[in-house]
Amino acid sequence: MSLWEYANPVKFLRLSERVLPWLWALAVLCLASGLAWGFFGTPDDFRQGSTVKIIYIHVPAALMAINGWFMMLVASLIWLIRRHHVSALAARAAAPVGVTMTLIALITGAVWGQPMWGTWWAWDPRLTSFLILFLFYLGYMAMWSAIEDPDTAADLTSVLCLVGSVFAILSRYAVNFWNQGLHQGASLSLDKEKNVADVFYHPLLLSIAGFVLLFLALVLYRTGTEIRVRRTRALRARQGAGV
Amino acid sequence: MMPELGKYAVAVLSAYGATAVLLIVLVTATLLRGRRVRDEMQRTEARGRKDA
Repeated sequence: MSLWEYANPVKFLRLSERVLPWLWALAVLCLASGLAWGFFGTPDDFRQGSTVKIIYIHVPAALMAINGWFMMLVASLIWLIRRHHVSALAARAAAPVGVTMTLIALITGAVWGQPMWGTWWAWDPRLTSFLILFLFYLGYMAMWSAIEDPDTAADLTSVLCLVGSVFAILSRYAVNFWNQGLHQGASLSLDKEKNVADVFYHPLLLSIAGFVLLFLALVLYRTGTEIRVRRTRALRARQGAGV
Repeated sequence: MMPELGKYAVAVLSAYGATAVLLIVLVTATLLRGRRVRDEMQRTEARGRKDA
Protein backbone atom coordinates (compact mmCIF):
# COMPACT_ATOMS: atom_id res chain seq x y z
CA MET A 1 0.00 0.00 0.00
CA SER A 2 1.33 3.42 -0.95
CA LEU A 3 0.62 6.83 0.54
CA TRP A 4 -0.17 8.07 -2.97
CA GLU A 5 -3.31 5.91 -3.00
CA TYR A 6 -4.91 8.65 -0.90
CA ALA A 7 -4.43 11.09 -3.74
CA ASN A 8 -7.55 9.36 -5.04
CA PRO A 9 -10.43 11.51 -3.67
CA VAL A 10 -12.73 8.52 -3.06
CA LYS A 11 -10.07 6.67 -1.06
CA PHE A 12 -9.20 9.86 0.80
CA LEU A 13 -12.83 10.45 1.77
CA ARG A 14 -13.25 6.84 2.88
CA LEU A 15 -10.13 7.05 5.04
CA SER A 16 -11.06 10.42 6.53
CA GLU A 17 -14.56 9.19 7.44
CA ARG A 18 -12.99 6.29 9.34
CA VAL A 19 -10.37 8.39 11.11
CA LEU A 20 -12.33 11.59 11.86
CA PRO A 21 -14.51 10.42 14.78
CA TRP A 22 -11.36 9.27 16.62
CA LEU A 23 -9.51 12.49 15.84
CA TRP A 24 -12.39 14.69 17.06
CA ALA A 25 -12.75 12.66 20.25
CA LEU A 26 -9.01 12.66 21.00
CA ALA A 27 -8.72 16.38 20.21
CA VAL A 28 -11.54 17.28 22.61
CA LEU A 29 -10.15 14.95 25.29
CA CYS A 30 -6.57 16.31 25.08
CA LEU A 31 -7.66 19.95 24.75
CA ALA A 32 -10.13 19.78 27.62
CA SER A 33 -7.79 17.92 29.97
CA GLY A 34 -4.66 19.91 29.01
CA LEU A 35 -6.36 23.29 29.39
CA ALA A 36 -8.21 22.30 32.57
CA TRP A 37 -4.98 20.93 34.08
CA GLY A 38 -3.08 24.07 33.11
CA PHE A 39 -5.77 26.51 34.22
CA PHE A 40 -6.94 24.87 37.44
CA GLY A 41 -4.09 22.59 38.44
CA THR A 42 -0.87 24.60 38.10
CA PRO A 43 0.56 27.28 40.39
CA ASP A 44 1.40 30.87 39.47
CA ASP A 45 4.89 31.59 38.18
CA PHE A 46 7.10 33.56 40.58
CA ARG A 47 7.72 36.26 37.94
CA GLN A 48 4.69 36.10 35.63
CA GLY A 49 2.04 35.45 38.27
CA SER A 50 -1.17 33.92 36.91
CA THR A 51 -0.44 35.15 33.35
CA VAL A 52 1.67 32.00 32.96
CA LYS A 53 -1.65 30.20 32.36
CA ILE A 54 -1.81 31.91 28.94
CA ILE A 55 1.12 29.69 27.87
CA TYR A 56 -1.28 26.72 27.46
CA ILE A 57 -3.05 28.45 24.58
CA HIS A 58 -0.40 30.83 23.23
CA VAL A 59 2.40 28.30 22.66
CA PRO A 60 0.24 25.56 21.03
CA ALA A 61 -1.54 28.11 18.81
CA ALA A 62 1.76 29.66 17.70
CA LEU A 63 3.18 26.20 17.04
CA MET A 64 0.20 25.28 14.86
CA ALA A 65 0.27 28.64 13.06
CA ILE A 66 3.83 27.98 11.90
CA ASN A 67 3.50 24.23 11.33
CA GLY A 68 0.17 24.74 9.58
CA TRP A 69 2.01 26.83 7.00
CA PHE A 70 4.67 24.10 6.66
CA MET A 71 1.91 21.54 6.10
CA MET A 72 0.54 23.81 3.36
CA LEU A 73 4.04 24.08 1.91
CA VAL A 74 4.40 20.29 1.67
CA ALA A 75 0.91 19.97 0.13
CA SER A 76 1.69 22.79 -2.32
CA LEU A 77 4.96 21.15 -3.36
CA ILE A 78 3.12 17.86 -3.95
CA TRP A 79 0.62 19.75 -6.12
CA LEU A 80 3.37 21.52 -8.09
CA ILE A 81 5.40 18.34 -8.63
CA ARG A 82 2.80 15.55 -8.87
CA ARG A 83 -0.41 17.48 -9.67
CA HIS A 84 -2.56 15.64 -7.11
CA HIS A 85 -5.73 17.68 -6.62
CA VAL A 86 -6.29 16.39 -3.08
CA SER A 87 -3.00 17.93 -1.95
CA ALA A 88 -3.90 21.35 -3.39
CA LEU A 89 -7.30 21.13 -1.71
CA ALA A 90 -5.69 20.09 1.59
CA ALA A 91 -3.48 23.20 1.45
CA ARG A 92 -6.54 25.33 0.78
CA ALA A 93 -8.43 23.63 3.63
CA ALA A 94 -5.61 24.28 6.10
CA ALA A 95 -5.39 28.05 5.53
CA PRO A 96 -8.47 29.15 7.56
CA VAL A 97 -7.38 26.86 10.39
CA GLY A 98 -3.84 28.27 10.27
CA VAL A 99 -5.03 31.87 10.17
CA THR A 100 -7.21 31.26 13.24
CA MET A 101 -4.24 29.77 15.10
CA THR A 102 -2.12 32.78 14.10
CA LEU A 103 -4.80 35.17 15.31
CA ILE A 104 -5.10 33.31 18.63
CA ALA A 105 -1.31 33.49 19.06
CA LEU A 106 -1.27 37.23 18.25
CA ILE A 107 -4.18 38.07 20.57
CA THR A 108 -3.01 35.96 23.51
CA GLY A 109 0.54 37.25 23.03
CA ALA A 110 -0.68 40.85 23.16
CA VAL A 111 -2.88 40.17 26.20
CA TRP A 112 0.11 38.57 27.96
CA GLY A 113 2.56 41.25 26.78
CA GLN A 114 0.59 44.18 28.18
CA PRO A 115 1.08 43.32 31.88
CA MET A 116 4.51 41.65 31.39
CA TRP A 117 6.27 43.95 28.90
CA GLY A 118 4.10 47.01 29.50
CA THR A 119 2.94 47.08 25.87
CA TRP A 120 0.41 45.26 23.70
CA TRP A 121 2.72 45.26 20.73
CA ALA A 122 6.36 45.82 19.83
CA TRP A 123 8.08 45.68 16.45
CA ASP A 124 10.12 42.78 17.73
CA PRO A 125 11.52 40.30 15.13
CA ARG A 126 9.28 37.39 16.16
CA LEU A 127 6.13 39.48 16.55
CA THR A 128 6.71 41.25 13.24
CA SER A 129 7.44 38.05 11.30
CA PHE A 130 4.33 36.53 12.89
CA LEU A 131 2.20 39.47 11.80
CA ILE A 132 3.57 39.09 8.26
CA LEU A 133 2.75 35.36 8.39
CA PHE A 134 -0.82 36.32 9.37
CA LEU A 135 -1.02 38.66 6.36
CA PHE A 136 0.33 35.88 4.13
CA TYR A 137 -2.44 33.58 5.36
CA LEU A 138 -5.04 36.24 4.49
CA GLY A 139 -3.45 36.84 1.08
CA TYR A 140 -3.35 33.08 0.40
CA MET A 141 -7.06 32.70 1.19
CA ALA A 142 -7.97 35.81 -0.83
CA MET A 143 -6.06 34.47 -3.83
CA TRP A 144 -7.92 31.14 -3.75
CA SER A 145 -11.23 33.04 -3.67
CA ALA A 146 -10.27 35.52 -6.37
CA ILE A 147 -9.20 33.09 -9.10
CA GLU A 148 -11.98 31.21 -10.82
CA ASP A 149 -10.03 28.39 -12.46
CA PRO A 150 -9.11 25.98 -9.62
CA ASP A 151 -5.89 24.70 -11.23
CA THR A 152 -4.59 28.22 -11.85
CA ALA A 153 -5.56 29.15 -8.29
CA ALA A 154 -3.72 26.08 -6.97
CA ASP A 155 -0.60 26.99 -9.01
CA LEU A 156 -0.49 30.62 -7.91
CA THR A 157 -1.32 29.96 -4.27
CA SER A 158 1.39 27.27 -4.18
CA VAL A 159 3.94 29.84 -5.33
CA LEU A 160 2.64 32.28 -2.70
CA CYS A 161 2.98 29.52 -0.11
CA LEU A 162 6.64 29.00 -1.10
CA VAL A 163 7.33 32.72 -0.65
CA GLY A 164 5.45 32.87 2.66
CA SER A 165 7.52 29.99 4.00
CA VAL A 166 10.37 32.45 4.50
CA PHE A 167 8.25 34.22 7.11
CA ALA A 168 7.11 30.94 8.67
CA ILE A 169 10.80 30.04 9.13
CA LEU A 170 11.55 33.54 10.42
CA SER A 171 8.64 33.27 12.88
CA ARG A 172 10.04 29.99 14.14
CA TYR A 173 13.68 31.01 14.44
CA ALA A 174 13.53 34.80 14.92
CA VAL A 175 14.24 34.44 18.65
CA ASN A 176 17.47 32.64 17.76
CA PHE A 177 18.53 34.98 14.93
CA TRP A 178 18.10 38.28 16.75
CA ASN A 179 18.71 38.97 20.40
CA GLN A 180 17.41 42.53 20.53
CA GLY A 181 13.71 41.57 20.53
CA LEU A 182 11.35 41.59 23.50
CA HIS A 183 10.13 38.06 22.91
CA GLN A 184 11.84 35.47 25.09
CA GLY A 185 13.42 32.27 23.72
CA ALA A 186 11.45 29.15 22.84
CA SER A 187 9.37 27.70 25.70
CA LEU A 188 10.03 24.18 24.49
CA SER A 189 13.35 22.73 23.44
CA LEU A 190 14.97 19.33 22.91
CA ASP A 191 17.47 20.55 25.50
CA LYS A 192 15.67 19.76 28.79
CA GLU A 193 17.54 22.54 30.61
CA LYS A 194 15.90 25.19 28.41
CA ASN A 195 12.31 23.95 28.88
CA VAL A 196 9.72 25.50 31.14
CA ALA A 197 9.51 23.92 34.63
CA ASP A 198 7.99 20.42 34.82
CA VAL A 199 4.90 21.67 36.63
CA PHE A 200 4.00 23.73 33.51
CA TYR A 201 5.60 21.39 30.97
CA HIS A 202 3.28 18.37 31.22
CA PRO A 203 -0.07 20.19 30.89
CA LEU A 204 1.53 22.23 28.10
CA LEU A 205 2.42 19.03 26.21
CA LEU A 206 -1.14 17.76 26.60
CA SER A 207 -2.53 21.07 25.38
CA ILE A 208 -0.16 21.00 22.38
CA ALA A 209 -1.36 17.46 21.58
CA GLY A 210 -4.95 18.79 21.71
CA PHE A 211 -4.18 21.65 19.31
CA VAL A 212 -2.33 19.30 16.91
CA LEU A 213 -5.23 16.83 16.89
CA LEU A 214 -7.80 19.62 16.47
CA PHE A 215 -5.78 21.01 13.54
CA LEU A 216 -5.63 17.55 11.91
CA ALA A 217 -9.35 16.92 12.44
CA LEU A 218 -10.30 20.31 11.01
CA VAL A 219 -7.99 20.02 8.01
CA LEU A 220 -9.13 16.48 7.22
CA TYR A 221 -12.80 17.47 7.48
CA ARG A 222 -12.32 20.65 5.44
CA THR A 223 -10.35 18.78 2.76
CA GLY A 224 -13.31 16.42 2.42
CA THR A 225 -15.57 19.45 2.01
CA GLU A 226 -13.30 20.92 -0.69
CA ILE A 227 -13.30 17.57 -2.54
CA ARG A 228 -17.12 17.57 -2.50
CA VAL A 229 -17.25 21.19 -3.74
CA ARG A 230 -15.00 20.18 -6.62
CA ARG A 231 -17.10 17.11 -7.44
CA THR A 232 -20.35 19.13 -7.31
CA ARG A 233 -18.87 21.70 -9.68
CA ALA A 234 -17.74 18.97 -12.08
CA LEU A 235 -21.19 17.29 -11.98
CA ARG A 236 -22.95 20.58 -12.65
CA ALA A 237 -20.64 21.36 -15.55
CA ARG A 238 -21.36 17.90 -17.01
CA GLN A 239 -25.12 18.30 -16.48
CA GLY A 240 -25.02 21.80 -17.98
CA ALA A 241 -23.15 20.47 -21.00
CA GLY A 242 -25.79 17.76 -21.37
CA VAL A 243 -23.27 14.90 -21.03
CA MET B 1 -13.34 25.82 41.68
CA MET B 2 -11.97 29.02 40.11
CA PRO B 3 -8.25 29.55 40.78
CA GLU B 4 -7.11 32.82 42.35
CA LEU B 5 -5.87 34.88 39.37
CA GLY B 6 -5.12 38.06 41.30
CA LYS B 7 -4.47 41.31 39.44
CA TYR B 8 -4.03 39.46 36.11
CA ALA B 9 -7.53 37.95 36.12
CA VAL B 10 -8.75 40.14 33.23
CA ALA B 11 -5.74 39.30 31.07
CA VAL B 12 -5.95 35.55 31.67
CA LEU B 13 -9.72 35.30 31.28
CA SER B 14 -9.80 37.47 28.16
CA ALA B 15 -7.05 35.33 26.55
CA TYR B 16 -9.04 32.14 27.26
CA GLY B 17 -12.31 33.80 26.24
CA ALA B 18 -10.99 35.07 22.90
CA THR B 19 -9.48 31.65 22.15
CA ALA B 20 -12.74 29.87 22.99
CA VAL B 21 -14.74 32.22 20.76
CA LEU B 22 -12.36 31.86 17.81
CA LEU B 23 -12.19 28.06 18.08
CA ILE B 24 -15.96 27.70 18.46
CA VAL B 25 -16.56 29.94 15.42
CA LEU B 26 -14.00 27.98 13.37
CA VAL B 27 -15.37 24.54 14.29
CA THR B 28 -19.02 25.59 13.84
CA ALA B 29 -18.37 27.25 10.47
CA THR B 30 -16.39 24.18 9.34
CA LEU B 31 -19.15 21.73 10.30
CA LEU B 32 -22.00 23.84 8.90
CA ARG B 33 -20.27 24.39 5.56
CA GLY B 34 -19.35 20.70 5.40
CA ARG B 35 -22.97 19.67 5.91
CA ARG B 36 -24.27 22.21 3.36
CA VAL B 37 -21.75 21.10 0.73
CA ARG B 38 -22.52 17.40 1.33
CA ASP B 39 -26.27 18.05 0.87
CA GLU B 40 -25.63 20.05 -2.28
CA MET B 41 -23.49 17.27 -3.74
CA GLN B 42 -26.14 14.65 -2.98
CA ARG B 43 -28.84 16.80 -4.60
CA THR B 44 -26.67 17.32 -7.68
CA GLU B 45 -25.94 13.57 -7.92
CA ALA B 46 -29.64 12.77 -7.58
CA ARG B 47 -30.53 15.29 -10.32
CA GLY B 48 -27.88 13.69 -12.55
CA ARG B 49 -29.38 10.21 -12.00
CA LYS B 50 -32.90 11.51 -12.72
CA ASP B 51 -31.77 13.22 -15.95
CA ALA B 52 -30.02 10.05 -17.06
